[in-house]
Amino acid sequence: MELRISRNFLQAKLTCWVVPVLLLSTWELAAQIGWLSSRILPEPLAVAKAAWSLSLSGELWTHLSVSLWRAVSSFMVGGSLGLLLGLLTGSFKRAETLLDTTLQMIRNIPALALIPMVILWFGIGESAKLFLVSLGVFFPIYLNTFHGIRSVDKGLIEMARSYGLNGWPLYRDVILPGALPSILVGVRFSLGLVWVLLIVAETIAAQSGIGYMTMNAREFLQTDVVLVGILLYALLGKLADVLSRLLERYFLCWHPGYR
Amino acid sequence: MQMNQTELECLAAAVPARRGIRVAISNLSKSYAERMVLQQTQLNLDAGEFVAVVGRSGCGKSTLLRLIAELEKADSGQITFADNHHRPETRIMFQDSRLLPWKRVLDNVALGLPKLNDAAAQALRQVGLEDRAAEWPAVLSGGQRQRVALARALVHDPELLLLDEPLGALDALTRIEMQQLIESLWRERGFTALLVTHDVQEAIALADRVVLIEDGRITFDERIELPRPRSRGHAAFAQLEERILARVLSRPDCKS
Ligand SMILES: Nc1ncnc2c1ncn2[C@@H]1O[C@H](COP(=O)(O)OP(=O)(O)OP(=O)(O)O)[C@@H](O)[C@H]1O
Ligand SMILES: [Mg+2]
Repeated sequence: MELRISRNFLQAKLTCWVVPVLLLSTWELAAQIGWLSSRILPEPLAVAKAAWSLSLSGELWTHLSVSLWRAVSSFMVGGSLGLLLGLLTGSFKRAETLLDTTLQMIRNIPALALIPMVILWFGIGESAKLFLVSLGVFFPIYLNTFHGIRSVDKGLIEMARSYGLNGWPLYRDVILPGALPSILVGVRFSLGLVWVLLIVAETIAAQSGIGYMTMNAREFLQTDVVLVGILLYALLGKLADVLSRLLERYFLCWHPGYR
Repeated sequence: MQMNQTELECLAAAVPARRGIRVAISNLSKSYAERMVLQQTQLNLDAGEFVAVVGRSGCGKSTLLRLIAELEKADSGQITFADNHHRPETRIMFQDSRLLPWKRVLDNVALGLPKLNDAAAQALRQVGLEDRAAEWPAVLSGGQRQRVALARALVHDPELLLLDEPLGALDALTRIEMQQLIESLWRERGFTALLVTHDVQEAIALADRVVLIEDGRITFDERIELPRPRSRGHAAFAQLEERILARVLSRPDCKS
């Protein structure tokens, strides 16, 4: 019984890799027999080689760490601002009337539409990218935090109050945990958005980072390096997704939907 | 600690230590948006008395309980407790258990206690769920959740326990079990209890008095003299049930 389960499991694990492997080998084959010009799409082997040599020269790691640093810092800035303001407007009616309309108005401006202004304001330095990505990350977290706080079960709050919970204990034991599923949805959304925004910001104006590396390579028609950059973004995006899943697993272990 | 002492006293004197408090409700009125729900309601509960409130849906039973629990403010009228003016330990139990899903069973029971102490575990033991202490509420059955909610209410050693159809969502068997549990805990602790129920049989099985709310007033107040524990098969029980049910149903024009 045990054995059969593990074999089924193994089979399932293997099956999901069949199509990617098939695609990859077709691609390699097509490149080998000359159907695909390397200017359009380099063969997988060339991409692997490019990645290898980039990582040997250390170039890959510098660009990677620069991009990663940008992503983390703007997520921290935008995310914590979003969380803070969301908690504020969600918890206090007065803060909502004061701030929410303004924030909703700003939300309707796509972050990327601001690029010309941002370049005018900040030039093409680090702060421009930080601003752009933070702004984009801010709203999903803000909105979901606000919504989460507002939709905490009123019955639970009433119950907790009648058990003598008030002020901070009420907030810590009932309101925050109740809002957490929604807040984490916002975090997940934001983590996905970080990379999209960063790609755009880095391809427009940067002297380093993965986006810069790909744009630079494009000028020299190094399609293999471009592809390395694209794959790196995909990998980092996946990493962010895994991270948010782990966060959900950890914080929502009580929730039947996350076990 | 207090609980231990209470238990000791129970054993020593074989008379429950009366922790219950007297409640006097006079001229209580409450309306929601022009709709009168309670009008000049009068009700007195003796210390340690078990009173059941019946009435048609929408007649203001929950409203009465919520007013007593201070979850809602009355338009006029008074609720006074005992002779002194301190606010008694009041706990309310709802139809849905209202357990915090992100706290384990034991932490739910310990909600509002100064710190996690033996009392919570002991209360859990009294409702027979000590072995589920470390689980999430989501994995418990409906009846078990209500038992946890009962433990959570009792851990504070209330002087007044308000029960708003706590058994309404349970199946018949679990319900009878829970009724017996509530009755035995009430007899042991001696708190004053006010139970809202749709089930006349439940009211008769548990209560010293059954009152009926109609048109925002108490229009019927019957003392149940049957000896405890009451058996449902008893002829007197059935007679009483029939009479009260007939009385509840006799006025079809209850506001709703
Ligand atoms: N917060 C509220 N706002 C407006 N109306 C309310 C509110 N709470 C209760 N009511 C109204 O007051 C009346 C009495 O409600 P209540 O919940 O006390 O009834 P009930 O006797 O407990 O009914 P049930 O047996 O169905 O629980 C109803 O007509 C209800 O619509
Ligand atoms: Mg009700």
